[in-house]
Amino acid sequence: MYEGVVQDLIDELGRLPGIGPKSAQRIAFHLLAADPADVERLAEVLKVVKAKVRFCERCFNVAEGPECRICADPRRDARLLCVVEEPKDVMAMEKAREFKGRYHVLGGAIDPMEGIGPNDLHVMELLRRLTDENIDEVLIATNPNIRGEATAAYLIRQLRDVGVTVSRLASGLPVGGDLEYADEVTLGRAIEGRKVLQHV
Amino acid sequence: MATYRDVAIVLRTHKLGETDRIITMLARGRGKVRAVAKGVRRTKSRFGSRLEPGMLVDLQCYEGRSLDTVTQAELIAPYGDFIARDYAAYTASAAMLETADRLAEEGQAVIQQFNLLAGGLAALAGQAHSPGLILDSYLLRAVAIAGWAPSFESCAGCGAPGPHRAFNLASGGAVCSSCRTPGSGAPRPETFTLLSALLTADWPVADASAPEVRREATGLVAAYVQWHLERGVRSLRLVDRSETV
Repeated sequence: MYEGVVQDLIDELGRLPGIGPKSAQRIAFHLLAADPADVERLAEVLKVVKAKVRFCERCFNVAEGPECRICADPRRDARLLCVVEEPKDVMAMEKAREFKGRYHVLGGAIDPMEGIGPNDLHVMELLRRLTDENIDEVLIATNPNIRGEATAAYLIRQLRDVGVTVSRLASGLPVGGDLEYADEVTLGRAIEGRKVLQHV
Repeated sequence: MATYRDVAIVLRTHKLGETDRIITMLARGRGKVRAVAKGVRRTKSRFGSRLEPGMLVDLQCYEGRSLDTVTQAELIAPYGDFIARDYAAYTASAAMLETADRLAEEGQAVIQQFNLLAGGLAALAGQAHSPGLILDSYLLRAVAIAGWAPSFESCAGCGAPGPHRAFNLASGGAVCSSCRTPGSGAPRPETFTLLSALLTADWPVADASAPEVRREATGLVAAYVQWHLERGVRSLRLVDRSETV
C-alpha cells in the first residue's frame, strides 16, 4: 500500500476496464513522472468529455450536441440505416469508408443470461424511426457471434411487416488470411453467403 | 504443466482484457470448467467461433491455479450457430445453459447432465419440437438427475397411485387429498399428462398438447425448478414463447 493520494490514484485507475493492480500502479507512476502540463491536459479532457458528451437523440451514438455529426450531416443517405450494437461499432464501420447511410445504436445485444432482453435495447426507438423517417433499407450489423446473431434474428422478425428491405452484414473469411486456416463455422457462413459472379 | 482433454459444451462467456474471454463449459468428465481463451475476440481467431455458447467441442486445456487455459478446441457440433438463427430457440437455449451452469459443480463428472444438455441443444438446433416444450422437458429432467425428481402420477407425499388433482412445489409434484397442504395448486388433468410426458420424453403426447395446457405446465415447471435451485433463473423471464404457445 502506498500513502494517501498515490494509493487513491492507483485504486481509481484499477477500476477502469482491463486495468489490473499492476497496470494501475504502472500508469500512476507514469503520471507522477510526466510533465505537469500533460497531466493537466489529461485531467481537463476527462472533465470536458464528461460534461459535454452525451448520446445522440436520434441514433444513440456519442454526440456533443442533441444530434451526432452523422445524423446532422445532410450528405448522408437518409434512406439507408445501419443497426449496430455499440457506438464503437459506428467507428469501425466508418473506417471502412463504404457505408454512406446513417446509424442506429442498440446499446448492446440480447443476452438472457445477463438479464438483457429486447426492452433493454433501443429497439422501440428503431421501429419509431422506421415509421417517422423515409428509410428504404435496414442493414443489420450486429456482431457475428451468438448474441449478435440472435439479436439480428429478433430484429428480422420485428421488421417483417414494416415494409423495408432488411439486409445483414456478410460473414466470411478475413482478407489476408489463408483458406486452410479458416474455422468451420466461418467457412460454412462464407459458403452459405457466397456471391454468384456468372449465371449460365 | 498438466494438460487434459475432454468433450465440453460452452455454457457462457465473459470478456477478459482486450481480446480474451473466460469460457465456462460443462465438460463430460470434469464437470464445470472455467478457462481463458486467448485472442478469441479478434476477427482472425480460429477459436472464436467454436467457443461460443451452445457449441459442442473437443477441448484441450492446461490447468492453472484458478483458471485453466484453452490450447485447442475442435468443433464437434455447432448447435449454438443453428440455434441463434431462431430467436425462440436462442432464448430457450439460454435458460438451459444457465440451469446447467447452476446445477454443475467443478471437478465432478456429470455424464448424465452433459448428455441431457447435448440432447436438448441438438433438439433445439434440429427444430425437432417447439423450443418451449424442449426447454420444459430439459428443466424437469435436469432437476430429476440432480436428485429432485418430481412425481406427476403417484402422490409425491405418500406414494398413493394417481391421478391426483393437486400440485404442491415443496412436496415435489402431484399430491393426494390427504397430503394436500394449503397453497397447493389445482392444475388441469391435461397439464399433469403433459408434465408427465415432458419428464419421460413422450413427445407424441407433448406435441399434441393445447396452448393453454402448455402455458400452465410452463408456469409449474419454472416454479418447480426455481424452488429447488433456491434462486431465480434469470433467462426464464426472457424466454420467447410468442410463436410456439
